[in-house]
Amino acid sequence: MKTIFRLAVAIAVMIQSQTFGQSESMVKIEGGSYLPLYGTEQEVVVGDFLMDVTPVTNQDFLEFLQENPQWKKSQVRPLFADSNYLATWPSDDSYGANLPSAPVTMISWYAAKNYCEWLEMRLPTIDEWEYVAMASATRPDGRQEAGFQKTILGLYEAPNTYKNEVGTTFRNYWGVEDLHGLVWEWTMDFNSIMIGGESRKDSAGGGNLFCAGAAVGASDVKDYAAFMRYTFRGSVKAKYAVKNLGFRCVKDLPADQNKN
Amino acid sequence: MKKLVLLFGMLVFLAACNQADDLPVVVTGEAISVEKAMSQELPEMSVYHLPATWTNQDAQEIQLEDMRGKVVVMVMIYTSCKSACPRLVADMRNIERQVPKEYLDEIQFVMVSIDPETDTPQRLKAFSEENQMTDDHWMFLRGSEADTREFAAVLAVSYRQISPIDFSHSNIISVFDKDGVLVHQKEGLGVDSEETITAIHQELQR
Repeated sequence: MKTIFRLAVAIAVMIQSQTFGQSESMVKIEGGSYLPLYGTEQEVVVGDFLMDVTPVTNQDFLEFLQENPQWKKSQVRPLFADSNYLATWPSDDSYGANLPSAPVTMISWYAAKNYCEWLEMRLPTIDEWEYVAMASATRPDGRQEAGFQKTILGLYEAPNTYKNEVGTTFRNYWGVEDLHGLVWEWTMDFNSIMIGGESRKDSAGGGNLFCAGAAVGASDVKDYAAFMRYTFRGSVKAKYAVKNLGFRCVKDLPADQNKN
Repeated sequence: MKKLVLLFGMLVFLAACNQADDLPVVVTGEAISVEKAMSQELPEMSVYHLPATWTNQDAQEIQLEDMRGKVVVMVMIYTSCKSACPRLVADMRNIERQVPKEYLDEIQFVMVSIDPETDTPQRLKAFSEENQMTDDHWMFLRGSEADTREFAAVLAVSYRQISPIDFSHSNIISVFDKDGVLVHQKEGLGVDSEETITAIHQELQR
């Protein structure tokens, strides 16, 4: 009897996952509200969406290039990528010594955005990304969990992790992997970060450079890991290709599955 | 902890170094000049490569490339803004006033909305009338959220919605040559627009 029950549960779970019409490469994130580190004094509301379990790999990106040759390194417009774009790839059609299942890096925001759009997906917003990233292995919000912040900071300290394969860090509450400790990731609205004293604006102190700039103070200075991420986002431009910066895609749920 | 701060500082610093070759903007408020190439083909660095379609204050569909052949002066604003935007608009008007009348046909002043949801064509139209910016050389544009985000990325403009009616955003006026290549940017409010005007004159003479 027990066995039949287990079987029934297993089948139910399978059917459930089928209804999303997604492979297991994406998982569903149940939305909610939370207070991000930057940019607002009120909680932000994040809706339900699907997120890639792991960052996009070199092999994935090579397939994108075969169908979208305008993004190959020899053909990409300098408006959309700087000279570091795919710099470690020996040619247009090979990632060379990079591991096939290591995260693709040295790609610009434009390339990442177009990759996701090619698959009818999109880049996550900062609010979505941070919402998922605050989950520990057992809880949707692990920020107050003993040792969680420390673990993340420890992951950030390991050098050259961008060379590792995806799926090698921890799997969080939602089933999402590698948000910490592999690569930094592009977000759709990375250019919404306005941190005073950022390198190129140091001289002016940011006083009147931003409308309502004072509204963007940090909400929780203890969250040093998040501070690092926001600062990094504030320091890059859309055409930069950086060796430890990759991306993953998300997808909105079809309207009828959004209620649940 | 200290070590970490140091490490991160270095990281940011290194990232900045790597980009030094092609980082056009150096210091706030200083002029930048990007090398430009003139030819029949659209130059590689032209923003007219962006495929987006925009809507103007008269509800007409516009491709940025439609402005090719004119010098374009551009700023990103939102019409319900009460603090910095009126000053940005005033800066734009101040620049316009210093362009000799006979050149006004060859120049386009463009305000791009960062709040496309609120800034409908009707609203943009009303805003242009309130601010007496109804001549042909003024244009107000709105696009999709994704296209607006992408355009801001090209201009290195940051913005974020901070409440249902307010955005924080960087105050940057950009000048494009007749092929849509960014040739000058000025950041800050009420700053001396002399360099911007010089850049416009240079481009008009070409």
